[in-house]
Amino acid sequence: MKRLRAWFLAPTWVTMLALFAAPLLIICAYSLETRGVYGGVSLPWTIESYQRLADPIYLAILWRSFWIAGISTVLCLLLGFPLALFISRSGRRKHLYLSLVILPFWTSFLVRTYAWMFLLRDTGLINAALQALGLIHDPIPLLYNDGAVILGLVYGYLPFTVLPLYATLERLDSSLIEAAADLGARPLTVLGRVIVPLCAPAIRAGAILVFIPCLGTYLTSDLLGGGKSVMIGNLIQNQFTTARDWPFGSAISLTLMAMVLALLIAFVRRDREGLL
Amino acid sequence: MDAVLELRDVSKHYPEHRAVNGVSLSLARGEFFSLLGPSGCGKTTTLRLIAGFEEPTRGEIRLNGCAIHHLKPYQRNVSTVFQNYALFPHLTVRQNVEFGLRRRAENHMAQKVGEVLDLVRLTGKEARYPSGISGGERQRVALARSLVLAPDLLLLDEPLSALDPNLRKEVRAELKAIQRRVGITFLFVTHDQEEALAMSDRLGVMNAGALEQVGKPEEVYLRPQTRFVAAFLGALNWIQGVGVRPEATRISKRASQGCPATVEQSTFLGNCVRVAVRLSNGELATAEISRLEESFAPGDQVNLSWRPEDELRFE
Repeated sequence: MKRLRAWFLAPTWVTMLALFAAPLLIICAYSLETRGVYGGVSLPWTIESYQRLADPIYLAILWRSFWIAGISTVLCLLLGFPLALFISRSGRRKHLYLSLVILPFWTSFLVRTYAWMFLLRDTGLINAALQALGLIHDPIPLLYNDGAVILGLVYGYLPFTVLPLYATLERLDSSLIEAAADLGARPLTVLGRVIVPLCAPAIRAGAILVFIPCLGTYLTSDLLGGGKSVMIGNLIQNQFTTARDWPFGSAISLTLMAMVLALLIAFVRRDREGLL
Repeated sequence: MDAVLELRDVSKHYPEHRAVNGVSLSLARGEFFSLLGPSGCGKTTTLRLIAGFEEPTRGEIRLNGCAIHHLKPYQRNVSTVFQNYALFPHLTVRQNVEFGLRRRAENHMAQKVGEVLDLVRLTGKEARYPSGISGGERQRVALARSLVLAPDLLLLDEPLSALDPNLRKEVRAELKAIQRRVGITFLFVTHDQEEALAMSDRLGVMNAGALEQVGKPEEVYLRPQTRFVAAFLGALNWIQGVGVRPEATRISKRASQGCPATVEQSTFLGNCVRVAVRLSNGELATAEISRLEESFAPGDQVNLSWRPEDELRFE
C-alpha cells in the first residue's frame, strides 16, 4: 500500500521538483551573482542586486503595483459580489449565466486585451461613437493610463471573484436570510450582517486569486498602460530582455514572491481564527 | 375572545398546486395552538404566510386587528423558530440572541439577553458558537432569539423534529412551561399528533390545504368531524359502519353479545396489549387492552363491543 502510494505520487514529485523547485533555486542563485557582459550571469557572488532594490525609483514601482493590484481586487469584489448574488438567485438560468462568466476564457487573454485597445484608443470605437454623436469634440484619452490598466485587470480577473462567491452563495442556507428578516433586519442589514460575513472565506479566496496575478501582471500594463504605467512585472521582464540584468530581475522576482507569501500567511492565519 | 391573530379565508395558490385553500382561523391571546397535519398539507405554508415569507393569493391576515399580509417580515411583530433553527453560524450565542434587539436599538439589552438566556437555561454558553453546542441547546438559542423580542405571536415550525426522541419529550414539557411563563401566543406546526395533543390548548388539523377541524385536543380526538381527522389523530377500527378507537374497543371471550370475531394475534406492548382480530366480514380490527384483563391467543372466538358514546360517525 505504501509503495503504491509512492508510485502514484512520483509523477507529481518529479514535476514539482523539475518545474517548480529547480527554477526557483536557479533564480535564487542568479539573484546572488553578478551581471554578465552579454546578459546571463557570472561570478563573484554578491548581494548588490538586493541592495539596489532600495532605490526610491524601484520602491515607487513596487508601491504602484500594490496599489493598482489592490484597487483592481477591490473593484473585482465589488462588481463580483452582486453578480454572484444575482446568478445564485437566477433559478434555472444560473447555469447559462455562469457559462457567460466563463465564456471569455475561451479566447486568449492577449487577444482580449488587444480588443480593449481597439475600443479605448483615440480612434477607437468608444471615442469614434462619442464623436459621431457629437457628445465630444476631441477624443478622450482612454488608453495608456492607470485607469486603462485597472480596467483591463478587473475585466480579466472578475471571474475569479465571481466563481468562489457564487459557490458559497449558492449553498447559503436561505432560512438564515429569512431568519434575519424575521428578526427585524432590512434587506441591506441582512446583506451586511449575514450574507457578507458568511461569504468571508469566498471573499478571501477571490481576493487572493485576483490580487496575486494582478500584482505580477506585465501584459495588461504593457499593452493598456503604454510606457507610462510601469508595474513590477514590466520591470522584471525588462531586466531579462532589454536591460540584460538577470541578477537584478531575479532579485525583484524573489522579493515579490516573499512579499506575496507573507501576505498569504497573514490571510490564512486570519482564516483560521474565523475573522473577515 | 381577544384575538391576536386572525386569518380570513387565506389562500396561497402556486401554478401547480393550491398549498393553502381558504383557511380561516382565530388565535386567542396567550394560547398554545398547534397546526397539525401530514407533510404537504399546507401547515408550513400557512406559517410562512403569517411570518411574511410568502404573500397570500387571497384573503386577509390580521395581527391585533390590523391587516399585516402586505407587510414585509421585518415589519411584523411576529417571530419564527425555524425547523433547522437557522442560527447565524458566524455569531456567538449571545450575538444571535442580540441580533433582533440591535435592529430595534432597544434599551437594557444586556439585561434582556441575560433574562432570556436564564429562562432557556443557557447561562454560561453565551460565548459559544452554534457549532459548539448540542442540538437541544441550539433549539433553545433559537427560542431565546425570538422570545427576547417579545413578539405578539411566536411561530414554531416543527422545532422538535430535529431532536432525538428521548430529548423531544423532555423539551415538549419545557417548551410548554416556558410558554406559560412568558404568556406569548404560540402557533406550533407539527405532523406529530402526540406532540399536538400533549402541548396544545387548541389545535387545528389540516389536510390538502384546508383546515378540517379546530378545537381542544380532547374534543378533536374524541369527536372528530371527518374521517381524515379521526384517522390522523390515532388508529381507527371500522366495525359495522361506525368508527371505534382501539382503546375504546372491548373484547371478551365470555360475552354473548357484540360483534363476533376471531383473534389473529396478540402483541404485548409494555403498557398495553394489542389484540388483532378478524371480523366475520373478513375485515381486521384491533383492540388495545390492559394486560390485567383476559389474555387472548390466536384462534380464540371473541365478541367485540363498545360504549355508544365512543362511536364515531361521519357524513
